[in-house]
Amino acid sequence: MGTRDCNHICDESSPGIGEAGRTGEWRTLMPVIDDKKCTTSRLNKPTCFLCWLYCPEAVITKGIPPLINLEYCKGCGICSQVCPVQAIVMVHEEKTAG
Amino acid sequence: MAIQRKANIHILDGNQAAAIAAMMSRVQVIAAYPITPQTPLTEQLSQYVEEGELQAEYVAVESEHSAMAVCTSASLVGARTFTATSSHGLAYMHEMLHWAAGARLPIVLACVNRAIGAPWNVLNDQQDSISQRDTGWIQIYCRNNQEILDTIIQAYRIAEQVFVPVMVCYDGYILSHTEMPVDVPTQEEVDKYLPHYKPHTVLDPAKPKNYNLVTLANPRVGVDGKLCHGYMELRYLLQEALQNSKEVIVKAGKEFNQVFGRDYANVFWEDRNEDAEITIVAMGSLAMEAIVAADMLREQGIKVGVLGLRVFRPFPKSEVVQALRKSKLIVVFDKNISYGSEGATCSEIKSALYGTYINAAVRNFIVGLGGRDVKARELVEATKKAIASLKETVVNPDYPEWICEI
Amino acid sequence: MKANAVNLIEQEWILPGNRTCPGCALSLAYRHILKALEGQCIVTVPASCATVLHGMYPITAVNVPCVNTPFASTGASATGLVAGLKALGKKGITVLAFAGDGGTHDIGIQSLSGAAERQMDFIYICYDNEGYMNTGNQRSGSTPLGAVSGTTPVLGKQQYQKDMTAIMEAHGIPYVATCSASYPLDLYEKVKKARTIEGTRFLHVHTPCPPGWLFPFSDTIKIGEMAVETGLVVLYEIEDGIFRLTSHSESMARRGGNLQPVREYFISQGRFKTITEEQIDELQDWVNARWKQCLHRATNL
Repeated sequence: MGTRDCNHICDESSPGIGEAGRTGEWRTLMPVIDDKKCTTSRLNKPTCFLCWLYCPEAVITKGIPPLINLEYCKGCGICSQVCPVQAIVMVHEEKTAG
Repeated sequence: MAIQRKANIHILDGNQAAAIAAMMSRVQVIAAYPITPQTPLTEQLSQYVEEGELQAEYVAVESEHSAMAVCTSASLVGARTFTATSSHGLAYMHEMLHWAAGARLPIVLACVNRAIGAPWNVLNDQQDSISQRDTGWIQIYCRNNQEILDTIIQAYRIAEQVFVPVMVCYDGYILSHTEMPVDVPTQEEVDKYLPHYKPHTVLDPAKPKNYNLVTLANPRVGVDGKLCHGYMELRYLLQEALQNSKEVIVKAGKEFNQVFGRDYANVFWEDRNEDAEITIVAMGSLAMEAIVAADMLREQGIKVGVLGLRVFRPFPKSEVVQALRKSKLIVVFDKNISYGSEGATCSEIKSALYGTYINAAVRNFIVGLGGRDVKARELVEATKKAIASLKETVVNPDYPEWICEI
Repeated sequence: MKANAVNLIEQEWILPGNRTCPGCALSLAYRHILKALEGQCIVTVPASCATVLHGMYPITAVNVPCVNTPFASTGASATGLVAGLKALGKKGITVLAFAGDGGTHDIGIQSLSGAAERQMDFIYICYDNEGYMNTGNQRSGSTPLGAVSGTTPVLGKQQYQKDMTAIMEAHGIPYVATCSASYPLDLYEKVKKARTIEGTRFLHVHTPCPPGWLFPFSDTIKIGEMAVETGLVVLYEIEDGIFRLTSHSESMARRGGNLQPVREYFISQGRFKTITEEQIDELQDWVNARWKQCLHRATNL
């Protein structure tokens, strides 16, 4: 089966998650949120969300607690830097083979 | 089938004919930058828009590169677009010409053929449009002002069926600034012939598609799991569209006749070719001069016919072969030169003949560059010279002859 | 109500798993720009890092319609989108031109200037990573004095940055603003305001680039903040000729107008490894003089 079946006559693209693949695989350090320190989690109400605000990848949820989508998090560490209560640490992770 | 209709003859120069055609085609976005000899066309269109005679956006851009960028983006939101240029303007547009064709946008461009520098020269030859031969545009050349008007209207019908942009070429000054009688159709007739533009896809926040992204060499699977093209498959589709456009061009010309009573069901014009032993080939207004030359040669008992090329891209190979099947000598006059080789139409003719049973000699003359006057008498002399050269031992000379005083 | 991290719209238009480098300020800025436009836009992007972000056929990482256009043509492409929408009577869609500094300060300046002179109705946002980062960091008209790049490899750049925002202001357009990815709420508010204004609107966004400027991925926000704290980047907006300092620049001005020394900023990035003491002094004088001008011009202090 050839590519004609896609019915495109020009370069026409549709939105999709993971366009560059599982970008979490690029990571060398993994962010870990300590819910005991995280202001939003500790107070159990929407109060901070700076990690969500500054994440360039839009991989942190604006929830209680904030969750990081590790499938796509590239591990830049910005969230760890901007957290006002140092609730996010970057740790070396064990990569499973394959 | 000729139809009965009342002629509405106006005395128009080529630029006026083009402006009327664009207006009657109900173009929605016009973007143009003034350049001699195209300028009066853009002035006329901006006047139509300012006077409210034409409901369109006229964008007075700051360059031809921008003119084509305006057209490509406006076309992608679903507007019918028009631009016109000449010479350096077309050269400056070069990058965007590739993008218009590559994105399969049915833009129509009027190219008022003019020489390219250095040195400066504002007069006619066809080096400008010929230099854009490989950008993926359909190219149609006009012989007179009636053809300019008719071809621009047909161009939209063709472009919007095959999703390939069309360049309508006509000779600077010789046509652009020379008045001739032109039968101007009614708006009702044009509306009957030319349906509204239906884009194959549009930019729309409700359906957020992206266009012209980086494309890999190999096919790639899309979000819906379907295998989509690689860069090469997209290029193949453009080539295929041009190959198939020949039929659409002829059909659009035939249907034009049904509404307007003028027949364009062809890819070139033929004059007395049925019994001709020698065929003169020329493109644009030069084809008209060639008919005069053929008259003179016929008077001298030489059986000459004329093939006036109309569609240069796609090049109508099999039709050309059919038309030249009886010719013993083909004399090709080119108003362009592929430096280090020969005239572009001559190369095409030779390429079409290769591998066929036609074993005619081909002679190429470069004429009329930078507005140098081409007289019928000169075409006659050149043809006679070509006949005489058949007695020489060289079957086909490597390079063309130039009709100039060097 | 002013936007803050808690009340800011949750919906995203940039999808996870795109091709930008880790710590990319352009990606962060674009995220908030599209939030401010609520996805009701058509984008045109020239060759740039934003092209990389948008993805590879047949998948895009961005949930808004976009046309990629050749490098020099962004302003004209945006013009075409505006003209086409107008001709078709389509309303309520913002046209956004999104280009880098090379595409704006250098190869795209002609089409941008032409469009602004015609007062075309679109928002043009230049994200400035101060060089041709997509091709591996070569100097642009926006690369700062003293920065090493692929084409200033030994001595560092010997010229100052081109002040593109001032050039755009001189076009007499209704809104120009400077922004920084490190101040996303200020950026968000400015884009939101720009969305309501008619005519050509120009926003310049400072977007630190970890691999190009040679600093750790995690420091993107910090580097952008330092640029503002030292006065190398001043956050302001000019609406119908009225100049206002905004965000952190406004706070600094209100707190006495003291700037941090520029030296700290230069030693934080590998690209300034060859900068000389004389150049640092020269730049400090330049920053001081410009900051003084800004304080003088500001109408909101």
